Amino acid sequence: MKEKIENIRNSAKNKIDEIKNLQELQELKVKLLGKKSELSDLLKGLGALAKEERPKVGSLVNDARKELEEKFSEAEKKLKDKAMAQKLEKEKIDITAPSTKIIRGSKHPLNRIIEEIQDIFVSMGYDVVDGPELETDEFCFERLNLPKGHPARDMQDSLYITDEYLLRTQTSAVQARTMLANKEKTPIRMICTGKTYRREDDATHSHQFNQVEGLVIDYKDKNTSLADLKGTLEIFMRKILGENTQLRFRPSYFPFTEPSYEVDVTCFKCGGKGCPLCKKTGWIELLGSGMVHPRVLEMNGYDPDKYSGFAFGTGIDRLAMFKYGITDMRYLYTNDVRFLKQFDRQDKD
Amino acid sequence: MILSRNFLKDYVDIDESIDIKTLAEDMTRVGNEYDSAEKLVPATKLVIGKVLECENHPDSDHLHCCKVDVGNEVLNIVCGAPNVKAGIKVIVSLAGAELPDGVIKKGIIRGQESNGMICALYEIGIDKKFLSEEDKNGIHILDDNAPVGKDPIEYLKLNDEVIDFELTANRGDLLSILGMAYEVGAIYDKKVKLPNLTHNESGEDLNKTFSVKVNTENCTLFIARKVLNVKIKESPDFIKNRLIASGIRPINNVVDISNYVMLELGQPLHFYDADRLGNVIETRMAENGEILTTLDGNKRKLEETDIVISDGKRAIGLAGVMGGLDTEIEETTKNVLIESAIFDRIKIRKTSNKILRSEASNRFEKGLDSNRTYMAMERAVKLLEEYADGEVQTGKVVYDVTENKEKKINITTQDINSLLGTNINKEETLEVFRKLGFETNVNGEIITVTVPTRRIDISIKEDLIEEVGRIYGVDNIEGKLPETPIKMGYVDKTDREIRNKMISLGLNETLSYVLINDKDVHKYTKDEFEELKLLDPMTEERNVLRYSLIPSLYKIYEYNKAHYIKDVCIFEIGKGFWKKEEKYGENKKLCALMTGEYYLGIDVKKSVDFYIIKGVVEEVLDYLGYQNRYSFVMPKQNIEEFHPGQVAEISVNGDIVGIIGRIHPEISKEAVYVFEINLDKLLDKKVSKMKFKDISIYPTVNKDIAIMIDKEITVDEISKVIKKAGGNLLTNYKVFDIYTNSTLGNKKSVAYSLTFGSNSKTLTDDEINPIIEKIVNSLEKTFKAELRK
Repeated sequence: MKEKIENIRNSAKNKIDEIKNLQELQELKVKLLGKKSELSDLLKGLGALAKEERPKVGSLVNDARKELEEKFSEAEKKLKDKAMAQKLEKEKIDITAPSTKIIRGSKHPLNRIIEEIQDIFVSMGYDVVDGPELETDEFCFERLNLPKGHPARDMQDSLYITDEYLLRTQTSAVQARTMLANKEKTPIRMICTGKTYRREDDATHSHQFNQVEGLVIDYKDKNTSLADLKGTLEIFMRKILGENTQLRFRPSYFPFTEPSYEVDVTCFKCGGKGCPLCKKTGWIELLGSGMVHPRVLEMNGYDPDKYSGFAFGTGIDRLAMFKYGITDMRYLYTNDVRFLKQFDRQDKD
Repeated sequence: MILSRNFLKDYVDIDESIDIKTLAEDMTRVGNEYDSAEKLVPATKLVIGKVLECENHPDSDHLHCCKVDVGNEVLNIVCGAPNVKAGIKVIVSLAGAELPDGVIKKGIIRGQESNGMICALYEIGIDKKFLSEEDKNGIHILDDNAPVGKDPIEYLKLNDEVIDFELTANRGDLLSILGMAYEVGAIYDKKVKLPNLTHNESGEDLNKTFSVKVNTENCTLFIARKVLNVKIKESPDFIKNRLIASGIRPINNVVDISNYVMLELGQPLHFYDADRLGNVIETRMAENGEILTTLDGNKRKLEETDIVISDGKRAIGLAGVMGGLDTEIEETTKNVLIESAIFDRIKIRKTSNKILRSEASNRFEKGLDSNRTYMAMERAVKLLEEYADGEVQTGKVVYDVTENKEKKINITTQDINSLLGTNINKEETLEVFRKLGFETNVNGEIITVTVPTRRIDISIKEDLIEEVGRIYGVDNIEGKLPETPIKMGYVDKTDREIRNKMISLGLNETLSYVLINDKDVHKYTKDEFEELKLLDPMTEERNVLRYSLIPSLYKIYEYNKAHYIKDVCIFEIGKGFWKKEEKYGENKKLCALMTGEYYLGIDVKKSVDFYIIKGVVEEVLDYLGYQNRYSFVMPKQNIEEFHPGQVAEISVNGDIVGIIGRIHPEISKEAVYVFEINLDKLLDKKVSKMKFKDISIYPTVNKDIAIMIDKEITVDEISKVIKKAGGNLLTNYKVFDIYTNSTLGNKKSVAYSLTFGSNSKTLTDDEINPIIEKIVNSLEKTFKAELRK
């Protein structure tokens, strides 16, 4: 009997080893361990054995069965692994082949700079204010102390629609609007960014360009001074152009500020050593600024005896050109897709 | 304004060690920018030579072979000038000399040795416009006293340096050498020397025989004087050279003096031939259509805004802008009537803009000091006496309604320090005013500053503070930040969010011009508005403000297509402008244009079609919070620029906020799609705050149905019926297939995937099937649709 069981076990083991697929394995399992298998028959036939033989044989049969069951699950795992490996092998792809993608978008460099400037000033407590691009002569000039016939109007040749309406020549127009709109005459800290227009078109000037304008007004006893203007512009320029940027304030003249200053920054290109871009001076003229003219305060409802403040403005196009090394201003407005697509990623400081 | 250093030296002592660049930079630091600062004659290695021999070149019909003594040697020089000859003294540039047109080298010219060049004045850097006919056509011949071997520039007194300043509009006082002297004096703390005005006068008082009439308020000061028996000749070298250095062509001594005084004192003068004038001179406004022949020979039709000078009968000059031809100074002029006057700045500006912007009109426009008007008259007659042998007639005829008083302004160091953020004390302040030549009077803390009349730009305290800041030095002010309390800044980030959304959907942001051509302005829209045309466009190509951004983006598409770029997906946020019923307005718009491939991969490719761009619109609207509030509807009017079968208006809450469609195939053969949304109109519609909604723990059930339905019935119409019939338990419905073909006739098959769910239980078929039945019944009833089995 023992021998018979041993035979069944060995022959079963051999058969399991020969099996090549899961289904055959399953069938064999039924045949060898199922209800009609030899081992089952042996167990069924236990009754016919001598009483003292029964436990012995029963135990032998169960051992054999247990061993075979283990053998089966081992074989099953092996076959499954093999099948999976084959499947995976079949599904292998060239991971270096190109991805499937939606076309990629990009943000215009001028708007990138505008957003950056807005963030710098918002962090310093400035509100970002918007104003009309189709402006009236009153807000663009007259309320900024530039009456009709003023020679300084020559500095800004304008594009008029009617005698009264024009495309704004400067974002400064928003200064007067902001002051007038503030009925309580509380302190103001604002910037305005946006398109401006002048009657000029050449290699270095576009008739449409972008400016940022800043205005700070506070009670006089707060001593908002030229020193504050200097400090503010130093932060602004260094954030955009780099921490090593130096500023030079030059007294100048704008009708809406008194005193007025033009602000030069160390040349982007040569760092101040002198090059063709800065006409060998080491400086690039970049901003106009000054302390708000008392007439401007007065004309827009702020008592110049009680309030003072400063204002500044600069062109954004040139900042963008420097920042991204754009060689020709015309690229900014031609909108060649090959140009636009270069501005398609995060650009950390 | 060009500043000649030699000229300036007459009025203020500048240390010779200060080079011209330093002077220019120091002036810049006090607010006077410059364009260039250099030697008047930048040429190097020039010597005076004497032509010893001059023979015709053997191989040329115009060249000469010269032997020239240059002091330490005799050089062979080939010279092509027609006026070269033996015995004359000339300007020689030696080998290695740098001239404006290049470096002189030793060489062989047609076989003859040439070791330098005999120069014309224009060859060493004097502009031809300043030169006599002789000098324009040949080499310059020096006089016999010229010392051979020495520097010809020094001998000609052309050893000057010039700074070309770009002055600010308020500093009219700097349009004079004297004004410059005050400014330079303030920088280097030097006293200013005033010009010599002393002269003789003789004869009858002019007031007895001559009168000045002023019949307009646009002339506030008019002074007339007469100088008799002048001798017209060439000006002395110093006058000629200073005029040339200042950019003015010398003509003759009399005309040159009028220009010289203008440069010196900033007051333009006009000289009349007194014998061609009567005994009266009048200033009045021109009559409309009045004719005047100006000294450039042009017949000019005048307007009533022009100020004219008349002899009592007819106009003889355009005040401040240009004299008349008839009374011009000529070679034969004997007696000169001088006008020194002040005319209205704005009127002069208007006339000069029309006729000629000149050195004179520029000075009138910037404003004049009446004390200078008087001073200039005295200076002019003094110079005419000295350099034109004139006899100054006694007396001057004066009309003067100016109130040119010195202004007194009170100021304290507190005023200064609070505006500049400085810590300047009283002594430093007084020091600044002393350097500027402003008188001061101190009473306790208050400093009373007397502003000289020359500084017409100073009228308020802040102007004085600017002066202190300038001279004290802005570089000495330390920057700081405003001490106001910390507050949050605010920026509306909607534009940015939209921009980022569009970029994430694969579109490139553009920035186009607002000005377009008027033939495009009404395209892509049926909105009623008046176009906004520029009064004076730079080019006809850009003569009107755009209403829609679509023409701009289409131009960008065309540009890129012409550069072989086929896949163009672009967008822009910008303004459109309009006028309606006398009201002007502008709206912020989002516009996009898409064409070419959208998805790109090895086996997948998807070109942009209507549904892709519609998807972009929906993405943006959903992102902005307008889910389920918008629809796409057929436009009521046909818009010619769109494909009539692929165009829709975008409606939010029943309001049209934009347009979407394919550009008409007659405009573009390629399939180009655009949309535009009026953001002002859209964002006006309130969106609720983002809020969490409970997620159902019960599973949802999906059921698909397909119906046969009339072709003309839109998905929107079908969906509405489904939604209504489906009730609360229908949580979602989605079209996943639309099928038409010829065998279906005028029917189409539309397949929907319906999702059912409840927050309170798991739905069973018994609950769902009646709803589906209701939906199908409703579709049958409304559209005669049939369920496909």
